[in-house]
Parts: sequence; C-alpha cells; structure tokens
Amino acid sequence: MELTTVWFLLIGVLWAGYFLLEGFDFGVGILLPVVGKDDTSRRLAINTIGPVWDANEVWVLVAGGATFAAFPEWYATLFSGFFLPLLIILVALIVRGLAFEYRGKRPGAAWKRGWDRAIFWGSLIPAILWGVAFGNILRGVPIDANHEYVGGFFNLLNPYALLGGLTTLSLFTLHGAVFLALKTDGPMREQAGRLAARLALVAVPVAAAFLIWTGLTHEDGWGIALSVLAALALIGAVLATRARREGWAFTATGATILLAVAALFVTLFPNVMPSTLDAANSLTVTNASSTPYTLKVMTWVAVCFTPIVLIYQGWTYWVFRKRLTLSDIPASGAH
Amino acid sequence: MDALDLSRWQFGITTVYHFIFVPLTIGLSALVAGLQTAWVRTGKEHYLRATKFWGKLFLINFAIGVVTGIVQEFQFGMNWSAYSRFVGDIFGAPLAIEGLLAFFLESTFLGLWIFGWDRLPKKIHLASIWMVALGTTLSAYFILAANSWMQHPVGWTMGDGRAELTSIGAVLTNSTTLVTFPHTITACFLTGGAMLLAVSAWHLRRNNQPEVFKPSMRLGAWVVLIAGLGVLITGDIQARVMTEQQPMKMAAAEALYETTGSASFSLFTIGSLDGDEELYSVRIPSLLSFMATGSPDGEVEGINNVQSEYEQAYGPGDYRPIVPVTYWSFRLMIGFGGLAMLIAAAALWFTRGDRRPRSRWLWIAAVSTVAMPLLANSFGWIFTEMGRQPWTVFGLFTTAESGSPSVSAGEAATGLIVLTVLYGVLAVIEFGLFLKYAKAGAPEIPAPTTDEADKPLAFAY
Repeated sequence: MELTTVWFLLIGVLWAGYFLLEGFDFGVGILLPVVGKDDTSRRLAINTIGPVWDANEVWVLVAGGATFAAFPEWYATLFSGFFLPLLIILVALIVRGLAFEYRGKRPGAAWKRGWDRAIFWGSLIPAILWGVAFGNILRGVPIDANHEYVGGFFNLLNPYALLGGLTTLSLFTLHGAVFLALKTDGPMREQAGRLAARLALVAVPVAAAFLIWTGLTHEDGWGIALSVLAALALIGAVLATRARREGWAFTATGATILLAVAALFVTLFPNVMPSTLDAANSLTVTNASSTPYTLKVMTWVAVCFTPIVLIYQGWTYWVFRKRLTLSDIPASGAH
Repeated sequence: MDALDLSRWQFGITTVYHFIFVPLTIGLSALVAGLQTAWVRTGKEHYLRATKFWGKLFLINFAIGVVTGIVQEFQFGMNWSAYSRFVGDIFGAPLAIEGLLAFFLESTFLGLWIFGWDRLPKKIHLASIWMVALGTTLSAYFILAANSWMQHPVGWTMGDGRAELTSIGAVLTNSTTLVTFPHTITACFLTGGAMLLAVSAWHLRRNNQPEVFKPSMRLGAWVVLIAGLGVLITGDIQARVMTEQQPMKMAAAEALYETTGSASFSLFTIGSLDGDEELYSVRIPSLLSFMATGSPDGEVEGINNVQSEYEQAYGPGDYRPIVPVTYWSFRLMIGFGGLAMLIAAAALWFTRGDRRPRSRWLWIAAVSTVAMPLLANSFGWIFTEMGRQPWTVFGLFTTAESGSPSVSAGEAATGLIVLTVLYGVLAVIEFGLFLKYAKAGAPEIPAPTTDEADKPLAFAY
C-alpha cells in the first residue's frame, strides 16, 4: 500500500478515535443540565469523564499534527479555509476544559453555574461544528487553483453540512447518555438509560438521512456498505438500550461512530478536500502529501509508539472502570 | 492593519501567554514528583502535605497551559497557511511526534495522578507524576526542535516550491536545538523554583505552617540557584551558536551598528538605539565580544555590516529586526533571571539554620521573585523570535510571505480580538484562583478511616 494511503487511513483512525472518545465526553457535557438536577448529581456526571477527558482530547491535537506532517496542503487549506468555525471550536474547547478543572475550586453557586454553562455550550458547539466541517469536506468546497479556499463563512452553512452537524450532535449525545448509564449506578443510571432510549429516536432518522444523502450523492460502493453497517450498529444500540444492556449499547454506539467515520473517509478517498470549482483543484492524497521520506519517518514513529499509547490509555479505563454513585462524590471543598 | 499584522499580533499574544504557564508546568511537575518521592521514601507527613499543596497549584496552572496549547496547534494552519505549506514536510513531523509521544503521556498520566490517590498502589501513583514530568519535558524537546529549525534550517532540500526533509536525525540533533533545549528546561526549573520560594516566603513571613514551607522555600531557592547557573552556562553557549548562525540577532541584541573587535556590552542606554550618538550608557568592556565569540577581543559583526552581507546573499531588502525590542528584551531577560538568582541566594543566607529575617523588604523581595522568571522567559522568547525577523525560516522564508491568503483582515481581527479578550478574562480568573489556593496553605492529612466500603472518592471534580 502507498504510504499516502496509509497516512490517509491513519488520519481517519485518529478522527475516529477522537469522535469515539471525546464523543461521549461531549454527550455527557450536553446532558449535564438534564441529568444534573443538583450540584452533587452534576458532579457525578462530570466525574464519569473526569480522569479521561483530557487524554481523549489529545486525539484531535494528534489528528491536527499528523495532518500537518503527512498532508501539509490539506492542513493549510482546511485550517485557513474554515477559520471562523475553528475559532469558535477553539473558544469552546478552552472554556470547557477549564470548566472541568475550575468549577469545584470556589464554593459560590454563581461560580459553578457559570462553569456548568461553559461545559454545556463548550460540548454542544464542537459536537455540531465538527459534523458541519466534515459535511463540507465530503460535499466539497470552493478551492481555487492555488489550493486556497475562496468560499467565505456562510458557504459552509449549507443544508448537507448542517445535517452533518445534527448527525454528530445526536450521535454524540446518545453516545454520552449510553456512557452515563454504563458508568453510574442508582438513579442516574436509570435516568440515562431512559434518555438514551428517547435520544435514539432522534439519532436514528438523522444519521440515516445523512448517510443516505451521502450514499446517493457519492455512489461509492464501500462507503455505502460501511454506512449500512453503521446503521445496523445504531439499530443494535437502540435494541441494547431498550434491553438495558449497557455494555452492549456502548459498544454499539461506539461501533456506529467508528463505522460512520470509516464510511466518510472511504467515500472521500482519494480526495482529501474536493473542490466544487474544478476537479483539477481538488486536494488529493497525492498532491496534498508530504514527501515519501517524511511519510516513512512518520510511519516508523506511528508504528513504534501508537501501540504503547493505546495500552496505557486503555489501562486508564481499566483503572477507573468502577461505576460511580452519588455516595462516591466527596463533600464540596474536599479537593 | 492588514491580516498579516493582525495575525502577527495574535501569534505574539497567544504564544507569550501560553508560555507564561508552560515553564511552570514543566518545572512544577518535576518538583512535585520530587516531593512525592521524598514522601514515599521517608513517610514524613510534611512531604505529603507539600506534594498536595504544590500539586494543586500545579494543576490550576496545567489546565490553562493545556487549553491555550490547542490554539498553538491550530493557528499555524489558520493564520499561517503559506508558511504551513512551505515547511509542513519538515515542521509538521516534530509537532505530530510531540502529540503522540508527549501530549498523550502527560494528559493520560495526569488523569491517573489526579484521580488515582486512593486507587493506585503508592509507587504506581508516584510513577504517574514522573510520567507527567517526562511528558512535559519531551514536549519541550520536540517543539524546540521545530522552532530551532526555523532559527537554523538543517536536514532539508529545496523541493517544488517548498522545503523538504532529507534527514530527521539532523532536525532532531540540530545544534540550535541542543543548546536551546537545556537553556529552556533550566529556565523552567528556575521558574518552578521561584514559585516555591515566593509562595513559601509569603507563608513563612506570617509564620504559617513552617514545617511545610521552610523546606519548600529552601528547596525552591536551591533550585533557582542551580537552575539559574544552568541557564547562564547554556545561555552563554547559545549566544555563540547564535552569533555564528544569526549574526544579525546578536548585533541587534547590543544595538551594535559597526563591526567591532573587543566590543563592550551596555547594561543600559539612554538615547536612541538607531546608531546615532547615545546620550548615556553604562558599559562593561569586552563583554559582548566574550559572549559572542568566547574571546574578550573577538570581532563582533555590526548591524550595518550584516545588512550588506544579507543583501548580497538574499537580494535587496531590509534585514534588520526592530532594534529597541531586541536590545531591551535581551537585557530584561538576563536582568530578571539574574535578579531571581540574587534573591534566592539572599533567601538561603538569611534563613540558614533557624534564622528568620525580620526585614520587611527581604520578605517582599522573596515574594516578588515569582514574577521574575516569568518576565525573563517572555522577554527571552520575544528576543529570539523578534530577533529572527524578517524571517520565519531564517534565510529561506519571510514572515511577509507566511500568512494565509484566504483569511481576510476581518477574520484575522476577529481571531485576535476574541482570543485576546478571552485570554484576558481567563488571566483574571486564573490569578484569583492561584492566590486563593496559594494563601490557603497546605492541607492537613486526615486520619485514615477503616470503613473502606462506603468511603467517597479521595478526589473528585
């Protein structure tokens, strides 16, 4: 296999890992006002992701860095072209990350309420905008012969991309509800289970509509096959949720996200950012890539270190595998 | 202002801001790890209390360093797409390696350390904070390798309109990296040590928890002295490497316009720095020659001479950085670092044995030490980055060529304003929290309970 193909797949893997992991972090943040009636239950929800959210977020940093290293043209066109949405995502991620760390650091109710809002909006906005961004990448955007994006901000808010945003929003929210049901016990487990069952009623039609629209416009065989598998996994998630099999439900929402990202990347290939102005302007794995030498170096680095990262990050989940209950949450000010 | 100027301001503001927190993270992670090691080995409770106290300040600081780091990773593409296209084949690699090797390590093990107090075996929990410290240091190495390549490009060849990597080994062992990394890391320890010294002095002046803060203060002061010595030695080597690789930067650091043998170093100058007659200056004979060449009568090239050399090498153009900025930032970097060392030495002397100084000014000086390395670090970066201008990649690619053609002035202004206002608000919040927890003092350690089953978590958000 060409190294450019390998790196295209690896970047797909990084985004899939990011959405799989930070997807439920976003979901928990979005559900915070719903599941957290009082401060202790809000803290319970936050602490289900407490030890892991930061490392989950690193996936997007590595995805960005890997794109810079392996496909500099893609990195440059994408990040400068999607300037304002990325700026909004940055602000959201900044306030959300600080909120986890700082909300318990002062006793006042107003202080906590402020940071709770930061967690909610800081989760909701990127959950939508990442979908909008990928919708636009798949749909194609105006790129000129110099590989510069020439579309402006409002061009990014087209129906297909917005449906992409709703898809990631509904999938991540469902994924978060399923995660909460898996990681807690007591009333929150019950409530999260009921929420997941209702959220699935939204996620299934929205995701199906997006995948069908994608399949119809791109007519990519493998993409459609993976989309069908993603849809089947989502239906599996619905069934497992109704049967209160939380482990299976989480596996199924996770599989849905992985398969959906796989479908998007397979559909995109060999383009990385198609141009709507002229197919000759499209960025592809070939014309956007680094030199074979750089790709070879990066492949060795990835081959040597990715397994180690996966092992210790996986081990974290094993260490913190216990379900949390309200009685696990220490009194305020205990930290 | 056009999009390029706005982007330059944004990069300057976000990067200097980010680097207020980074050295504290690097320095404090290792110091906290050291204190926790002392507790694990000796079982003395005051080490545990010190670990928890400094650990909390470390975490408040770490959080803001992490979230402002995301901006750093994204803004190369957002505001500097032409630069990214030109250097991506080389510059992207250390950035991606930093993410894979360092960011995952520090974030994963920090989660384990924060939440693992009652769940991990003592030694594995201790190993977690050492992993965090290792991660922060690795991160510094790779990002400095990337920056050093901009100062002194190595291991590359000119490809089709872009620089292409020919040797990753050359990039990772760039002579510039090899001197910049120890200079930066020792500065990080100086910064962490100054934090220990200053906050401990605040408590000791009030005779608050001396069993915790006396050892912390002396530890901090020793770290400032030893690390400061390291900063001096590495800075000295770095100055020679810089003189060889970027003669304009060294000339601009002294506002030296004409090539001179046995050049003096001015501590400060009153009057303009544009090469005209200065009104007044205090000078140390031969020091600049010694710094630049290692010999007191070595020849140091002047700005005008380097300018004409560069014109021959790179074509017509103005290759001079903004001289007052390089001149003063260079002095402020050295001055603030040196002042922190002097105060640390005084602190050690006046608190030797059981002594406790009564002079109010000594205490105030000790508490103010916290700001000095932060200022020195910022001025150091302002010097090295402003001193490289007009280049982003020295000799290869100018700042004027580096911006994003597709980003309008309006977008760039939005980015600059939004991030500056947000960072300003966060600075107020962070400073308030830092003061609150610094003043709160070290926690008491609760007696162990026997009832394991119903015990709440030792730590939760």
